[in-house]
Amino acid sequence: MNKTFRIDWLTVVIYFLLVFTGILNIFSATYSSEGFSYFNYDNLAFKQCVFFIFSLVSGVLVLIAPSKFFQRFSSLIYLFSLLLLIGLFAFGNTVYGHKSWYTFFGISIQPTEIAKFATNLAVAKLLSEIQIDLRKIKSLIQVFLIILIPVILTLLQPDFGSALIFLSFIFVLFREGLNPNFVFFLATSLVLALFSLIKPFFYVSVLLTGVFACFYFLSKKINKKVSIIPLVTAFISSCIYVYSINYIYNDLLSQRHKDRIDIFLGKETDIMGVGYNLNQSIIAIGSGGLSGKGYLQGTQTKGKFVPRQHTDYIFSTIGEEWGFYGTSIIIILFATLVLRILFRAEHQKNVFGRSYAYGTASLIFMHFLINVGMSIGLVPTIGIPLPFISYGGSSMFTFTILVFVYLNIDANRLNESRI
Amino acid sequence: MIRIHLLKLLTILISLTFFIRLFGLQVLDKDYDKLSQNNAILEIEDYPERGFIFDRNGKVLVSNQPAYDVMIIPENLSPFDTLSFCKLTSIDKKELIVNLESARKYSRRLPSVIVNQISKETYARLQEQMWKFQGFFVQKKSIRDYRVNCGSNVLGYVSEVNGEDLIKDKYYRQGDLIGRQGIEKSYEKELRGKKGKKFLQKDRFNRIIGPYKNGKYDTEPSQAQNINLTIDIELQSYGERLMKNKRGGIVAIEPETGEVLALISAPSYDPKILVGRQRSKNYMELANDTISKPLFDRALLAQYSPGSTLKPLNALIALQEKVIDNKTKHSCNEGFYYAKNAHMDCNCKYGTKNDLIKSIHKSCNTFFSKTYLNLINKSKSAINGVEIWKKYLESFGLGNYLGYDLPIGRPGLIPGSGFYNDLYKGEDWSATNIISNGIGQGEVLVTPIQLANFTSAIANKGFYITPHFVNTGNKEKTKVKLSKNYTAVESNYFYNIIDGMHKVIEEGTARIAKIEGLNMCGKTGTVENFTIIKGEKTQLTDHSIFIAFAPKENPKIAIATFIENGYWGSRWAAPISSLMIEKYLNNSTTRPRLEKRMLNGSLEYEYNKPLSGVNFNINE
Repeated sequence: MNKTFRIDWLTVVIYFLLVFTGILNIFSATYSSEGFSYFNYDNLAFKQCVFFIFSLVSGVLVLIAPSKFFQRFSSLIYLFSLLLLIGLFAFGNTVYGHKSWYTFFGISIQPTEIAKFATNLAVAKLLSEIQIDLRKIKSLIQVFLIILIPVILTLLQPDFGSALIFLSFIFVLFREGLNPNFVFFLATSLVLALFSLIKPFFYVSVLLTGVFACFYFLSKKINKKVSIIPLVTAFISSCIYVYSINYIYNDLLSQRHKDRIDIFLGKETDIMGVGYNLNQSIIAIGSGGLSGKGYLQGTQTKGKFVPRQHTDYIFSTIGEEWGFYGTSIIIILFATLVLRILFRAEHQKNVFGRSYAYGTASLIFMHFLINVGMSIGLVPTIGIPLPFISYGGSSMFTFTILVFVYLNIDANRLNESRI
Repeated sequence: MIRIHLLKLLTILISLTFFIRLFGLQVLDKDYDKLSQNNAILEIEDYPERGFIFDRNGKVLVSNQPAYDVMIIPENLSPFDTLSFCKLTSIDKKELIVNLESARKYSRRLPSVIVNQISKETYARLQEQMWKFQGFFVQKKSIRDYRVNCGSNVLGYVSEVNGEDLIKDKYYRQGDLIGRQGIEKSYEKELRGKKGKKFLQKDRFNRIIGPYKNGKYDTEPSQAQNINLTIDIELQSYGERLMKNKRGGIVAIEPETGEVLALISAPSYDPKILVGRQRSKNYMELANDTISKPLFDRALLAQYSPGSTLKPLNALIALQEKVIDNKTKHSCNEGFYYAKNAHMDCNCKYGTKNDLIKSIHKSCNTFFSKTYLNLINKSKSAINGVEIWKKYLESFGLGNYLGYDLPIGRPGLIPGSGFYNDLYKGEDWSATNIISNGIGQGEVLVTPIQLANFTSAIANKGFYITPHFVNTGNKEKTKVKLSKNYTAVESNYFYNIIDGMHKVIEEGTARIAKIEGLNMCGKTGTVENFTIIKGEKTQLTDHSIFIAFAPKENPKIAIATFIENGYWGSRWAAPISSLMIEKYLNNSTTRPRLEKRMLNGSLEYEYNKPLSGVNFNINE
């Protein structure tokens, strides 16, 4: 059979643009003209280059791998990543209270990053199984298990932010036939959770009673025959849910996480305290203006006002030095990349390819949403990197592999049979 | 459909949300730029050294000296021996605790002043033991150094800007110094120069990490200018010593140039007490002295009746208006009745006949009252007459601000028809109602500098140059217009008056002021004055006034001296003026007994009379 191999060049171009933007801005964020520094930041941009070259070489190897390779080995890769996550509890390094890192010979690896890719593969693989039907409970349980195991392992580190990223797979499941009620259920849960954090339990339960009562009387007027039992069940479970959210917030979450949620909810206004990061990030971005202060000219960046500016808050450097023009281009690049992958996903002939591409787009979308949203104060402060741009080897490697596996599958799609 | 497009829609939706939010943050809202400026860029000001002030002979009067502030950075502080610190810097322990607390409140990382302006000696002692006081350091700054102990009313003083100054002039920042009074105020812009700006990049710990954009926006300070005063500091100092324990003012002007040679206000204070640590305490003491008012510049602000010193001007006006000539004589019988039951007293003997020159040196009230009546009555009405007279006086710089280059002044008062219409509330009034103006005892008010200025105009025979205190050496730069202001009296009328004033010294009322070998012209004045004690108008001892210029030909100095409650003109004012003139022209004095009497004489007993609460006699 004549093999056709068509690379999605647009994705490749965007990939390179984002990576170069990243290196450029990491250099700026860690640059110090006076050589002033307590830590040796000087070579971080160079290190990112090394990560990039390593990732790119791995990516090219992935690209030229046989097209069936990843589908075939997905379970193995998934299990390997779970092992890495479990191994953390024995061999992991504790940084800032998180057991999220392995350190060998001065190189740190964050297995959660790799787990994102592995889970994507595993979900795609499972969905492509012929007996899987998301309308069946058994299939649902299988899929959720695959997603929840790494989530739970990540939560135990504890890494709340990375665990949240696994929500991305809900988009894949929805695309592949998940009951909309699930999505509705998830959305209501989120709204309820939010409410229960802002308002006291008593207030929320009164509100719930009101809503359910209205619903009951309205439906009775329309239908006359409304069974009260499911409604009462729903009401009670809602109350329990709200109560447990309160319990988790008050008794289980550490103060640091509570602070972050509080800032997001607008409960805290202490600028020099916990809201400091967000406030400095917004000042930096806001002061960039339309066209920015110019490369290496950002005063907030130079003064290192924004903490972790080369990693989680890299977007504030872009905002300050490149202005609204710069941030717009970054948003356009990310939106184009996600949309491009989604469009190409629909052209896939089999479920594996489509699900994988969908998962890739969802993961990128989720990171983009949370990271940029956090930097401009639209999303609570959750420490996750901006794909391709933030400093970090694990993130760079994972997203490169994620995209290059997609490129491989996409390039080979004409050779696939419809299964 | 929704399954395929949900994530695409979400992507577009989220991207649009981000666009809107970023557009708001970066393009619409300008506050963030300011916030960024505030926390990342430190703007520091580069101050030029404040200009020096010299006297007319090039002597330094005001320069700058280093002052040392003891500062702390609260977060660097570690426990220290407060007792020995208080002893070293002679600060009260309570004050130290208060200052430390307010420094902590202000900022833990930024320096605050703990002890203000310690002396060089204290600094040296403190420096040796500095290692004991962690977190303390000494910051050098520049404050005024007064090299003389006189002239404070001319020099003025500087102090820190207040909220009002900050609003009025955007140039100033909190903690800047500004000229408050005198030359320091009126030549503030020249003396301060223009400060430059430096922009420094800070990091999040508020540490400076280098110049902002390599100093691209920095500006260099422009040099402050030195000021050369017209004041002769020797004369000024001498005058202040003569005025010790008296109240009043002396103003000496060089007639030819309008340069003020001395401006003395008594009582005064040593300019040194308004710098350094005791500044505010000393200032409050001066400001709270509402009885002798040392901060009130009597030479510029006090408005007195001119008394007989106005007579030469009235004579000049009468000559110009042809009411009299040098042959006119009026008879005086210890005064005269100018109206029914209205008698004008005079010192002349019964049956005296005085011409102009004699009237001046005898200071004959009758002659000048009659002349004044004729002057006013020459016009159609008293209203016109008084307006004509007013115009003449105004041409001598009376009744309005003189326009000199010090920041304070008073216009004095030359009453016109409007003034008298108001005074008499619409009733008719005639020349006899205002006859006192003829002898300078009516409603006319002048300041000592106005007195000196019209004396200068007489010396110049018909013009004066606006008095000024700074010699820029360049007409364009001077704040005062230095052209001649001509009087409405033509110069040929002045000769008789000057002769009369010469005779005042030679054989008239001020023979005491005679200096051997010098032709001097003068005129005494004795002014009745009143105060209100317990709601009753009470007469006080007369003020003693003297105006003079010398030499008669080609005058070099014109002087006016005003001694409050000094009784008659030749008792205090004439001898003091005479000594001043001698000192200035001959650079030495030859009358030690007179000088000693003037230097040591005190009028404090006069000033205590109205305060004593008991009945007292005046003019003893």
